[in-house]
Amino acid sequence: MKFRVERDALADAVAWAARSLPLRPSVPVLAGLLVETGDAGLVLSGFDYETSTRVTIPAEVVDEGRALVSGRLLADISRSLPAKPVEMATDGAKVSLTCGSARFSLQTMPVEDYPALPDMPTASGTVRSDVFAAAVGQAVTAAGRDDMLPVLTGVRVEIDGSHLALMATDRYRLSLRELEWSPSLGDFTATALVPAKVLADTAKSLTAGGDVTIALSSTGTGEGIIGFEGQTAGGTRSTTTRLLDGEFPKVRALFPSESATVARVDTPTLVEAVKRVALVAERNTPVRLSFSKGQVTLEAGSGDEAQASESVEADVDGDDIAIGFNPGYLLDGLGAIDAPVAHLAFTQATRPAALAGAGDLGAEPTLDFRYLLMPVRLQG
Amino acid sequence: MRADASILHLDLDAFFASVEQRDKPSLRGKPVVVGGLGNRGVVSTASYEARAYGVHSAMSSAEARSRCPHAAFLGGRFHAYRATSRAVMKVLHDVSPLVEPLSLDEAFVDLRAGAVTDLSPAALRTTVAEIKDRVHEVTGGLHGSVGVATSKLVAKIASDLQKPDGLVIVPPGTEQDLLRPMQVTVIPGVGPATAERLRRVGVHTVEELEQISEDELVRVVGSAQGRSLFRLCRADDDRPVVVERESKSISVEDTFDTDLVDPALLGVIVGRHAEQVAQRARKAKLSGRTITVKVRLYDFTTHTRSTTLPGPTDDPRVIARLARRLVTEVDTSAGVRLLGVGVSGLADWIQDDLFGDTEEEDEPLPDAPAVASFDAHRARVRWVPGADVVHTAHGRGWVWGSGLGRVTVRFETAETEPGPVRTFAADDPDLTSAPTRPEDDQPE
Repeated sequence: MKFRVERDALADAVAWAARSLPLRPSVPVLAGLLVETGDAGLVLSGFDYETSTRVTIPAEVVDEGRALVSGRLLADISRSLPAKPVEMATDGAKVSLTCGSARFSLQTMPVEDYPALPDMPTASGTVRSDVFAAAVGQAVTAAGRDDMLPVLTGVRVEIDGSHLALMATDRYRLSLRELEWSPSLGDFTATALVPAKVLADTAKSLTAGGDVTIALSSTGTGEGIIGFEGQTAGGTRSTTTRLLDGEFPKVRALFPSESATVARVDTPTLVEAVKRVALVAERNTPVRLSFSKGQVTLEAGSGDEAQASESVEADVDGDDIAIGFNPGYLLDGLGAIDAPVAHLAFTQATRPAALAGAGDLGAEPTLDFRYLLMPVRLQG
Repeated sequence: MRADASILHLDLDAFFASVEQRDKPSLRGKPVVVGGLGNRGVVSTASYEARAYGVHSAMSSAEARSRCPHAAFLGGRFHAYRATSRAVMKVLHDVSPLVEPLSLDEAFVDLRAGAVTDLSPAALRTTVAEIKDRVHEVTGGLHGSVGVATSKLVAKIASDLQKPDGLVIVPPGTEQDLLRPMQVTVIPGVGPATAERLRRVGVHTVEELEQISEDELVRVVGSAQGRSLFRLCRADDDRPVVVERESKSISVEDTFDTDLVDPALLGVIVGRHAEQVAQRARKAKLSGRTITVKVRLYDFTTHTRSTTLPGPTDDPRVIARLARRLVTEVDTSAGVRLLGVGVSGLADWIQDDLFGDTEEEDEPLPDAPAVASFDAHRARVRWVPGADVVHTAHGRGWVWGSGLGRVTVRFETAETEPGPVRTFAADDPDLTSAPTRPEDDQPE
């Protein structure tokens, strides 16, 4: 194996492919990054039995071949190289790397011990990469982080024709993002539970190109995997990850169909006020919001401790309501709606509140992203 | 430490046993032992008559039985202890608003915060004697021992000096003279382990403890305790009397007569404990975010496991779900003798769950025979010795003993003369447990 490649293209590709490599691999070869040359140019692959990454970049291939080297070391080296072309070549049991006058000699691991990467499922459709990344970013806001409840660490993906829905919940809040995409087959339907962290990282790292291809087997046979592929300036990036098992809760029905109170508030003003008042809310003790005609009053803290309050102008329709929230959860939601006006709908102080974004105070809320937030019940 | 002796410590004498002797005239002047009655029970309180035979609290019930076989061994009647305690605390509240109960039978009072103005030793002796008389009156004849001093430490030690029915006032300035000849174990917090560490460096008495430098004390018993001991042995204690001791956790635990191995049965018991913990939390208008289980195995090794929720809960299903998961982290296959469930990180608000109402109960299907036999065993001990009962014809009495399908009752109350003993079938429909006030019904 022998090739020459641009320094920046190599550094980006290695960094991306090596990011999912395990820190403490169960088998030593899994710490390796597979470096291959062929007709397509240079292909780098990593795998930890859950998630696989594969990146293809153009390279001047002198000899075809492949080698397995430490992914972390190659990432550290390529990040630090001077801005000169890089040449890599196998040299007996080692791989040499030359860049300008810098020379490295890397140990290799046995390629034949390296597991075969899962095949990418057949492409199911495409979506604009920036739209997808933004949608995933909103959806994962509510995903659980408790590994003891693995189902809730996933994002449920529901595909029905050209309609794609992403949803996540950690039991206390719930996010639901709906968007249009271009399925390969018009009547394609599928559901999948994708690890939220992998999905977020992947979507974010594929924004350079135009479209992302999503590949999902619609028949749920065997251990399901989902694949994503996107173009970047220098080449093609694809990743697959194993789907989570388990029954995702039926969450759509949790959104109340009616509301007793609707409030519209300028989002940045409300965010600033919640952040200020929450300074006295230790360990995410609740922030209380009292909505009445024309305003919302925020309060936090209790008699024995520091207290804070602030009033913010609000457009309130319906009954007055006082309701408490974990300020962290409320701020997550206000951040995720990504809109100038926050549209909040309540039924009762003990029932979930629905949050959506609106373009201005007079506008109807845009329902492509909805955030449902369980309030805090105050005792006594 | 204050300039005047204004901190009072009251300790009711042999409290549980005294309440039993009050309510059971036939036991007055006789040895009475209150505690766990099973093979694995532990003595809570022994009457002074039983103490003469060497029975003391925290001793195993088996040991107590061998030392004093003719004593009356009774299970506790917490509703009666609680009601009596409430009457005593009310007497103390009449003296001063600053009352800090330590348990049902013990409290500190800050006399300076109350109506007591003359703190001279002579006036104080009259005031305290009056308090003791009031306690005797409202409890229907119980005695308490009182210590009054310039600090909590010395007041508590003083109340123990002339038990029972004691009254010791330690004049300001004489505290160290009092403490110096005493064993180091007189200082609260110095248990057998610390006493042994001190003994190894030649310290037995408070006076010897005083000779040790703070640095050396820290080296011997650790930093927190070393610093505190250095001050306490000089009677240097300025801890205030605090009205409400905020509870830090709510827990329920149970010791079993035989070691339990069936995971399904353990799951059911965890569920019941969780239900009780949640009930008590709700009653106190509290919630908790850290769920803890305590598992003591057949060989007394004790494991605790805990997990913390993002927000506090008082939902028995959530507590049970997490507690069951925590129990599975312990290898229980060799047998569990004690199982406890608790919540801590208490708060006065609750982060409810979006799925609270919709989620199906994930109660594991109880392995019917195991649960049924466990419950049947518990039901057999329904007629706990000492428990209050009512018979439709004979009136009120208490369980004298039970077994072999029979239950023997002595019909007497605090207001009657010692009464007659009669035996009934254990399932006699005329015989029922006496009703108690619900707020008195929870054990501590």
